[in-house]
Amino acid sequence: MPRFRPLDLASWGNCPIHPCLAARPEKVRDLSAILADATIPSVISRGLGRSYGDAALNRDAGVVLHERLNRFLAFDPETGVLECEAGVSFADLISVFLPRGWFPPVTPGTRFVTLGGALAADVHGKNHHVDGSFSEFVEEFTLLTGSGRILRCSRTENPEAFYATIGGMGLTGMVISLRLRLRRVESAFIAADYRRARHLDEALELFTSATAGHAAFDSMRYCVAWLDCLARGGSLGRCVLMGGEHAAASVVPARFQGRPLEFPLRSTRTLPPVIPNGALNALTVRAFNAVYYRANRDGSRVIPFDSFFYPLDAFSHWNRLYGPRGFQQYQVVVPPENSRRALVRLLEELTASRRGSFLAVLKSMGRPSEGVIGFAMPGWTLAVDLPNAPGLDDFLRRLDDIVLEHGGRRYLAKDASLSREHFERMYLRHAEFKRTLAALDPEGRISSSMARRLGLDHSAASTAPPSPSSHAAGAPA
Amino acid sequence: MSRRIAIFGATSSIARAIADRLAADDPATRLALCARDVDEAERLAADLRIRHGAKAVALPFNATDFDSHGPLLDACAERLGGPLDGVILCHGIGGGGPEDQAAAERDPAFARAIIDTNYTASVCLLNLAAERLEAATNGREGGGGRGGRGGFLCAVSSVAGDRGRPSNFIYGSSKAALNAYLEGLRARLARKGIAVITIKPGFVDTAATWGLLRGGPLVADPQKVGVDVVRAIRRGSAVVYTPRFWRLIMAIIRAIPRPVFHRMKL
Repeated sequence: MPRFRPLDLASWGNCPIHPCLAARPEKVRDLSAILADATIPSVISRGLGRSYGDAALNRDAGVVLHERLNRFLAFDPETGVLECEAGVSFADLISVFLPRGWFPPVTPGTRFVTLGGALAADVHGKNHHVDGSFSEFVEEFTLLTGSGRILRCSRTENPEAFYATIGGMGLTGMVISLRLRLRRVESAFIAADYRRARHLDEALELFTSATAGHAAFDSMRYCVAWLDCLARGGSLGRCVLMGGEHAAASVVPARFQGRPLEFPLRSTRTLPPVIPNGALNALTVRAFNAVYYRANRDGSRVIPFDSFFYPLDAFSHWNRLYGPRGFQQYQVVVPPENSRRALVRLLEELTASRRGSFLAVLKSMGRPSEGVIGFAMPGWTLAVDLPNAPGLDDFLRRLDDIVLEHGGRRYLAKDASLSREHFERMYLRHAEFKRTLAALDPEGRISSSMARRLGLDHSAASTAPPSPSSHAAGAPA
Repeated sequence: MSRRIAIFGATSSIARAIADRLAADDPATRLALCARDVDEAERLAADLRIRHGAKAVALPFNATDFDSHGPLLDACAERLGGPLDGVILCHGIGGGGPEDQAAAERDPAFARAIIDTNYTASVCLLNLAAERLEAATNGREGGGGRGGRGGFLCAVSSVAGDRGRPSNFIYGSSKAALNAYLEGLRARLARKGIAVITIKPGFVDTAATWGLLRGGPLVADPQKVGVDVVRAIRRGSAVVYTPRFWRLIMAIIRAIPRPVFHRMKL
């Protein structure tokens, strides 16, 4: 019988920190035993803890660490379909399959994410505008539901469970294994294009329209903008656009000619364990941003995949930069018709608040997520890191109101503070999601800190009155 | 040269790390993964095949079904396409510290299961494996030689066998007996060039110790143990503590005078 160990867990934002009971199974059948352990109020699966908020926390209850359930089970070199356990990380996948000419079809901004986590958050990458989210490449998976059944789920088999699991933040059960279609690549390099934009309008223009001597950035498979969210006035939305394509074998740097799939990963630096609160402030971030903006000259270059996709992975524990108080990442998507207005208002709020942020990322999104409560929708997504400081939750609530007003939504994988009311107004299919949860897990064995915050804990929900109108169902905290 | 190696108790964290390292070092390695839970062993075998291109097969193994050991060893050889070059024992129970010790003190059946699994089964298996390695060595040109060229027998024992401590002496005594057996077997097989390797891990971060250890520098990652075991096999070492500093720790623990030892909580 797998043992539970009391652990104070946090995810990547280092806040909140909840006391949890962690199990770390090494065999598939351990998962069923963990679920059946009546001394544990509920459980939630956790991969590498790279979500930012409380999605992978379960206060005073079980957290199942999938890190050792990471076996590759089958691979078809003809089709590139890989079957593996949910604890396999992008890092692991890349180290095994990139040398053979395969790459994850969609990757988040760090390779230290498990595939199970990627499915649960339905992560997107720099190619969302072309390829959609991660789950579009997932053909099927096996799910251990709260009632202890093992379901094979695909678009045709158990589709309710399939679509609820996509972006379902782990609440449909524990994903045991999944089948993923990989992408064939010729090299471990990216042919990247950089272009600075002086303000938001220029950025949006460069994304979507061809300009003198340059195709629209959105015509490239990968495309994202790093944004200086301290720049104000006429420079509001000043950013560096980065586009890229997998480089052909013929264009890799000279010393990799003939062996284009080799990739010496950059060495990793570890940040000191304690950096004081407030080390990142408006001043230091402004300086960084100014340097970064100037350092990234316009032009094309061929760079290793890791510096294109995972620039921050070069610093392990970079989250320590924000000090012991931690930080929240705030990511939202707004539909195209309202996007410019929404982005301007959000950026104005952010610059005015002087809540410094290194990482502000802007990108266009394509197809909506297939998930019932999936995040992606066509439009523009903006992500910013905000040091945890007094008043942050209130500030974010103000931003939530702006997002809601423009028909957008906030990304649950990064969230630790969205209110239940806002959630239900942003994710209009929440009632359908809850019905599926109730069917899969009548006793409410699967739950998380996030589920309780957002009213998705249906063991709790079953005691609360059902809400016929989603708009009236708010539970102001 | 492809080596044929059978691993028993193949689903343990340490066994997985050993198999992974063997296959990573030499993808021509052929591995038979024997475990009670053969479905799990098959998942691990698939992982080795895909990660490293190694040949790996899974077979069911019940340590205390002693009569099955001979046929199982032969089945391993057959599945791997020739006589075995090495056998690694990783099976074991009762290593869960004071919790298991208390249970074994209360329940004679559990105490016997610990001894039968960790010791009796190892003796039976190693006797049979030694016989087969010797036969293969005698059949080879020249036979023998240094560095275990006649093959190897490796058993994952424990530092717990070095001195009986209140927290785990039933488990520890099964390992102490195993250590004595391995010492004798090593002496017998030395002339034949068959290496007998005793691995003594200290605290390792496994499923068995999860929740019992607080972590910290004394607790080793299974990967580290895997690397040490594969190095020991390559060198044909006799007794290997892993991580190495446990040799010193155990030397100190063995040297503690009895009156002091009785007052310590070890």
